Amino acid sequence: MTHLIGRRLALAGLGTLFGWGFAPRLSSAASSRDPRLLVLVLRGGLDSLAAVPPLGDPAFDSARQAPELRAAGATTPLGGIFALNRNMPRLAALYAQRQALVVHAVASPYRGRSHFDGQDLLECGYPDLVTGSRTGWLNRALALLPRGDRLPAPKGLAIAATVPLIMRGAVPVETWQRQVFRYADDDTIARLLDLYEARDPALAEALRTGAALDSASMRPAADDGADPSPNTPRADFAADATAAARFMARPDGPRVAAISYGGWDTHADQGSVSGRLGRNLAALDQALGALADGLAPVWADTVVAVVTEFGRTVRVNGTRGTDHGVGTMALLLGGAVRGGRVLADWPGLGQQQLLEGRDLAPTTDIRAVMKGVLAEHLGLDDARLGTEIFPQSAALRPLRNLIG
Amino acid sequence: MTLHAALFRFGLGPRLGEAPSPSGAQAAVLAQLSRSTTLPAAADLPSAAEGVAQLMATRSQISTANRNQQQPVRFSGPSRTSLRELAHRVELARTSETPLHERLALHWTNHFALTRAGTSGYFAGAMEREAIRPHMLGHFHAMLRGCTTHPAMLFFLNNVSSYGPNSADGQRRQRGLNENLGRELLELHTLGVDGGYTQADVLEVARILTGWTVHVESGAREQRIGFDPAMHEPGARTVLGKRYPEGGAAQLEALLADLARHPATARHVTRRLVRHFIGDTAPPALAQGLAALFLRTDGDLGAVTRALLEHPASWSTPRLKARPPVELVFSAARMLDAPSRPAPRRSMLAMGQAWQDAPSPAGWPEADDAWVAPDSVKTRLDWALQLAAALDPLPDARPLAERAFGDALSPQTRQAIQRAEGGRQAMTLLLMSPEFQRR
Repeated sequence: MTHLIGRRLALAGLGTLFGWGFAPRLSSAASSRDPRLLVLVLRGGLDSLAAVPPLGDPAFDSARQAPELRAAGATTPLGGIFALNRNMPRLAALYAQRQALVVHAVASPYRGRSHFDGQDLLECGYPDLVTGSRTGWLNRALALLPRGDRLPAPKGLAIAATVPLIMRGAVPVETWQRQVFRYADDDTIARLLDLYEARDPALAEALRTGAALDSASMRPAADDGADPSPNTPRADFAADATAAARFMARPDGPRVAAISYGGWDTHADQGSVSGRLGRNLAALDQALGALADGLAPVWADTVVAVVTEFGRTVRVNGTRGTDHGVGTMALLLGGAVRGGRVLADWPGLGQQQLLEGRDLAPTTDIRAVMKGVLAEHLGLDDARLGTEIFPQSAALRPLRNLIG
Repeated sequence: MTLHAALFRFGLGPRLGEAPSPSGAQAAVLAQLSRSTTLPAAADLPSAAEGVAQLMATRSQISTANRNQQQPVRFSGPSRTSLRELAHRVELARTSETPLHERLALHWTNHFALTRAGTSGYFAGAMEREAIRPHMLGHFHAMLRGCTTHPAMLFFLNNVSSYGPNSADGQRRQRGLNENLGRELLELHTLGVDGGYTQADVLEVARILTGWTVHVESGAREQRIGFDPAMHEPGARTVLGKRYPEGGAAQLEALLADLARHPATARHVTRRLVRHFIGDTAPPALAQGLAALFLRTDGDLGAVTRALLEHPASWSTPRLKARPPVELVFSAARMLDAPSRPAPRRSMLAMGQAWQDAPSPAGWPEADDAWVAPDSVKTRLDWALQLAAALDPLPDARPLAERAFGDALSPQTRQAIQRAEGGRQAMTLLLMSPEFQRR
């Protein structure tokens, strides 16, 4: 039994023993920068023409038929032909401060219309779909990060119950989500860890990390008996963002993290301004605001990337929604971003300009955007970006001047 | 090994007080194949037609309130229906003499996964009772037909408001096509994403599906659920190179009959079945054999399930699959006589598997280690501890572990339970043991 007592004492310091005490500093000896990267995956396919409508495109009105986006006060001008949906005031403010950059008409190499395949390709970073065991590009990027001296390998963080594909791979990833039960006591954790270490190393590793994260979250466990309703997940966007910011703002916190937000698959009655999509954009905006607030001390060295698996049809469908399309947008935010711009090689919305006569034609590969961020922000070199992070993409040049 | 597989791989663990015999374990599972999978109607659970009536009543309440300019009515949605459905499934899990059927229901409701957000929640339980359970050991075609045309699926994948652009109502109301159900029918329910169809096929299937709808507007109507020719896109269609002549409702019937017996469907459906029950390390020959049998028997799920249960690999493949939260909650209810705290819905939500609310039409993940992640495992422990804390009376975990796990009980788990600081901690360790967590 003595080993149990020893374990219990050790567990009293869980946060430091198993947690961020081992987390890396990414700064190299030559630089004082300590960059952080958070990737938000919008699952379901964001309608970029509702979020950042190209109101100045002469074909917009005939192609989209969205009078609600023309109404007074429905949008904020971003300069050029673009405007921002009024449900995103925090993003508008960051844009005005040149800390937010929109890249429009982007897409992954995926040209099919399945959410699951589209998300797979966005997250694994391969040029084509592959079956079998895959890893995510963010995890492969973690593996190549410049290391500080005498420090162990970095870890990733996913705000989720399980590790999403974008973060799967050789580098260990910790997962965390909001809690509804009282946390288990340290003695029970210690005994169960003993059992798992003898019988099931995978469960042991997961439990050890989960316990450390709970301890590091510094958040009292909810014990009010309330039944959180799955019908109202949207307030959770900001709550997840607040938690991620709290972890990442710590001096010893993780430097690379991923969050997913669902609810973008707006096939019917999408309500771009005052309906369902409008509310979802507002919730996303609150989350972006929570990140800017929570990461304020390190904001100057932070990039938040918002990506989605594909866009939606240019035309509204028969049910006042939009179906799966191709071209969409990406967002980069943070003090490190050269913002206040909409980057787009704009393809146009005229009937002849649409992809297959129905979709916004993509002119920028999302991998070029992320390669630019990984090169300029995290210091990864171009050769490895084109082979290991995004395989077979050497010919695809990273977008430059995104950061700095 | 055999006892553990019988109880956990093909069931929901032991019932309280049950002492299963290791030698008869496999036969006890096979015997369930000859029992009816249809559930008797339950008074407090709505049929599809009753779901429509409930939905219409709610809509009418809201519009009356709006007309009278009262405070907006609080719209509770289908959550009460969903809670009653869950309570009913937990009760089935606790008492069922055919736990294999409960597991098949979990698998097939995941194959035809729904999310609860919105209207489909009124019908999710009804779809399971009406379209899935009666056919789990019958023909896949009947299940496919039932689910594709069920109000739950028609609402969930937006087919209720998909109009043929050239149909009478489409012209009159200037409404058009929604391709959501057409796509998932091919990608998830039948052929699989690698099944060889194109975007043109998706659109053609969507056109064939127009007219299958649910009418919930007020006013008299003879038929509310089913095929409405006024919304159907007229004309012949071509899917996977085959021509389907105009025939109203018969056009979909012909398409579903072909999809149900397509080789890609046989492969996709049996692969998912093997992955759910046996896991990622099942020998490929198992799924290949089942796919061939599926084709030979025109999708006889009774024959396919029997072949799965009679295959030696189903009993010898190492237990590496982490059980999803729904199985833990149902299993604990069965083994511990349905403790009501922590509440099942809250428990499942916390562990990452909200009841009747899959993250996408693709359903819950099936990879062996999909649930082995820090937050998921830690929350399981918090759940188990709270469950053990509320048990009254508290069963003795030591004999329970021997009965539940048989020769699969490891010396380490036995010792951890025996040395626990008390009965509640012992029960927590039993619930969290690798023997309970993996199958």
